[in-house]
Amino acid sequence: MRIGIDVGGTNTDAVLMDGHNVLGSVKTPTTANVTDGITDALETLLRDSEMAVDSVDGVMIGTTHFTNAVVERRHLTRTACIRLGLPATACLPPMVDWPKDLSEAVGGMMFMAHGGHEFDGREISPFNAGEVRDIAAQIRDEGIDVVAISSVFSPVNARFEEDTAAIVRDAIPDAIITLSSSIGRIGLLERENAAIMNGCLRQLAHQTINGFRSALQEMEITAPFYISQNDGTLMAADFAAAYPVLTFASGPTNSMRGAAFLSGLRDAIVVDVGGTTTDIGVLRHGFPRVAALAVEIGGVRTNFRMPDTISIGLGGGSLIQRKPLQVGPRSVGFELTSRAQVFGGDELTATDVIVAAGHEDIGDADRVSGLDPDLVARVEDRVEDMVNVAVDRMKTSAAEVPVIVVGGGSILVRRKIVGASEMVRPDHFPVANAIGAAIAQVGGECDQIFSLAEMTRDEALAKARAEATSRATAAGADAASVEIVEVEEVPLAYLPGNATRIMVKAVGDLQEGE
Amino acid sequence: MSASVGLGDTAALALGAGILGTGGGGNTYIGRLKLDRQLRLSGAPCPVLNVAQLPDDALVVGVGMMGAPTVGIEKIEAGDEVARAVQALAAHLRRDFDALVINEIGGSNALEPLMCALQLGLPVLDGDGMGRAFPELQMDTFSIGGIPASPLALGDCHGNIAIFERLSSPLQAEEWARNLTIEMGGSAALVMSLMSGAEVKAHLVRGTLSLALKMGRAVLQAREDKVASPAQVIAALGNGRVLFEGKIVDVERRTVQGFARGRMSLQAFDTPDDCMEIVFQNENLVAWRDGDVQCCVPDLITIVTLEDGTPLGTELLRYGLRVAVIGMPAVRELKSPAALEVVGPAAFGYEDLSYTPLPGDLLPAAS
Repeated sequence: MRIGIDVGGTNTDAVLMDGHNVLGSVKTPTTANVTDGITDALETLLRDSEMAVDSVDGVMIGTTHFTNAVVERRHLTRTACIRLGLPATACLPPMVDWPKDLSEAVGGMMFMAHGGHEFDGREISPFNAGEVRDIAAQIRDEGIDVVAISSVFSPVNARFEEDTAAIVRDAIPDAIITLSSSIGRIGLLERENAAIMNGCLRQLAHQTINGFRSALQEMEITAPFYISQNDGTLMAADFAAAYPVLTFASGPTNSMRGAAFLSGLRDAIVVDVGGTTTDIGVLRHGFPRVAALAVEIGGVRTNFRMPDTISIGLGGGSLIQRKPLQVGPRSVGFELTSRAQVFGGDELTATDVIVAAGHEDIGDADRVSGLDPDLVARVEDRVEDMVNVAVDRMKTSAAEVPVIVVGGGSILVRRKIVGASEMVRPDHFPVANAIGAAIAQVGGECDQIFSLAEMTRDEALAKARAEATSRATAAGADAASVEIVEVEEVPLAYLPGNATRIMVKAVGDLQEGE
Repeated sequence: MSASVGLGDTAALALGAGILGTGGGGNTYIGRLKLDRQLRLSGAPCPVLNVAQLPDDALVVGVGMMGAPTVGIEKIEAGDEVARAVQALAAHLRRDFDALVINEIGGSNALEPLMCALQLGLPVLDGDGMGRAFPELQMDTFSIGGIPASPLALGDCHGNIAIFERLSSPLQAEEWARNLTIEMGGSAALVMSLMSGAEVKAHLVRGTLSLALKMGRAVLQAREDKVASPAQVIAALGNGRVLFEGKIVDVERRTVQGFARGRMSLQAFDTPDDCMEIVFQNENLVAWRDGDVQCCVPDLITIVTLEDGTPLGTELLRYGLRVAVIGMPAVRELKSPAALEVVGPAAFGYEDLSYTPLPGDLLPAAS
């Protein structure tokens, strides 16, 4: 049996699943220290489903914690960056394209040194250990112990990044180091950005993952636990503690995968209504449609595979402004149960209007019985408009498609969406996120440039597939289930020599039990 | 156009240059970051000169980068490669240049000359040698018009500079410069097409810098307004039309003689039997719909993302992308028999394909 947990900004949801059956689900408020919220959720879940803890084979946790830290510029640790590549790259130093407030929050100590490789593996400049030692000493003297290291074409040859890490460790024995080659693909700035963001999240990740761990220990759950990644696959908890940046965008991915699972639909639009925002994405063959180009997180460009979603400021906690009429984007968020009128508060929220319209029985309906029916009707119209416009933006054709509505706030979406062939609100819709986490898969990637002068294309492809497969199994995939889901070749345009970049992603089901 | 390009213009310029890049020309995100940084360092916009204002006895030279875009997004330049190569060529000639010429208005090669011009305190001319992007050095109006490829300078990030004193032909230039570019790490500063004011007046495709800016601004505005689709807006400005809307269902790329040759298949959203095939050599070359040629070189085939009109380089193409394919007529300078020999379909190996131009020209006739 598996437990899926979604630790959101507002709620912590948990589900218990046996194969494809949902045995129980629970929604509890997220707590400041995350541990208590998870413990509460797990206690309720196991009690209600009358299951013994030792029947749990694995716990999958999805969280928006790290994305939110970057977006809100909170809980970030000062991080230094060393880039190897001089004299190349000098005109665009590390963090050149970051918003100023974020680079300040991260500390902005950055260095460029000689080194780096050419596309074909030759050195741009020889590695200069003395130069790197000087930099490491400056970082140590500044009292910084988190370091991100990037090197030009490190996906082709990571040796200079590794040599630099060794020198930094000599100077700063407890240094927390992130190598860009261990995170990203070709594209120096995006890969380096990911390494720096990862660095500044490492401390928070350490605390948070430990929080998850102690919650599980408190519940005496000894099964391994995993964290979901941006593309819907899983990583082991220890790996996630080292690479928190890989959790970005896992929230929308989980809700879409969960929606696909619950509805049985493989091609549809998913509308996930939370407390503050509504995320809309598209399912294709059961997986979220991936964004075409680079995705910005908190204003920083990255090149991870992420779902193509749009987010609008509409949720159960959205504040209603009467004149001129406006729904959201401001929201009472996790304070819904104290500030909404049906819960005795003073704020008029979208949830109050739904209760006043008689659609839902939440809190104390008498508190909103005096609400102007005309206002209620207009708010309902406005919500309908907002959802219709957003869904239409994600559609690529006039043909009608099924729309799956999930999330705790989805009670707001009551009318048929324009262009929807059917509206599906599956069982367990409020916890689709946690279900998406529970059914996640594990993956492995290979992204390398091969010289086809030295081997045939088929040999190169086979090598890349084998590498991706072995990375997937190393990450915990059941070898028998591993499939190659993506193969991409990019010849180095304009060049003779047949240099070709091959990217392969392999995905498989998580190996169950021991 | 305004007589300069400043920080407020670079978003539009990068977008417009990407559109005119027809799939190639280099990564405009990096190009824009570099230009922005130089504009901040210089504290002033880059002066742009109408070629008509240039004296006939002035001396100008074309500049840009040559190499693989995949190298360009990884081994970013030191930043002064092009300027140093220009200076070396000037020292070799014992003459200073009066202005710089954009060799290729497509991709980051539209932005690079502006950065170099700021560093050297020179103006750039409003125009280029292609009105788009092409993969090889001989494929511009200067070479086609008889301007010798030499002297030609190539430079790398270490400050290594080679000057080719004499090259027997533009094709020879392409071959030698290509091989040295590999040696330099797959990306090099290129300075070629040395011209007098009179010569550049005769061969420059005028107004393409203005066109790139105008197209970029229109797309930014269309994103804001959400009234017309960005692809329709681009097509209208380029005198072309949207050839197809659909999703990419297959991309096949292979490397032949150092170029990204390949083809992609697209499928219409509502009618899956309605398909488009596009072949490319770095840049998009020919588009067929259900077997019939819709557009081919030297006319422009630009692929943009359906929703926001972001131009897609051929190496960004992948399965599942939802795109619009825009066909735009080439500038008239590329349609003479002499030009078509160098940039027509036969020059790219499509000998049995006769060039049926899209109606009109990319730019209206000069008044």
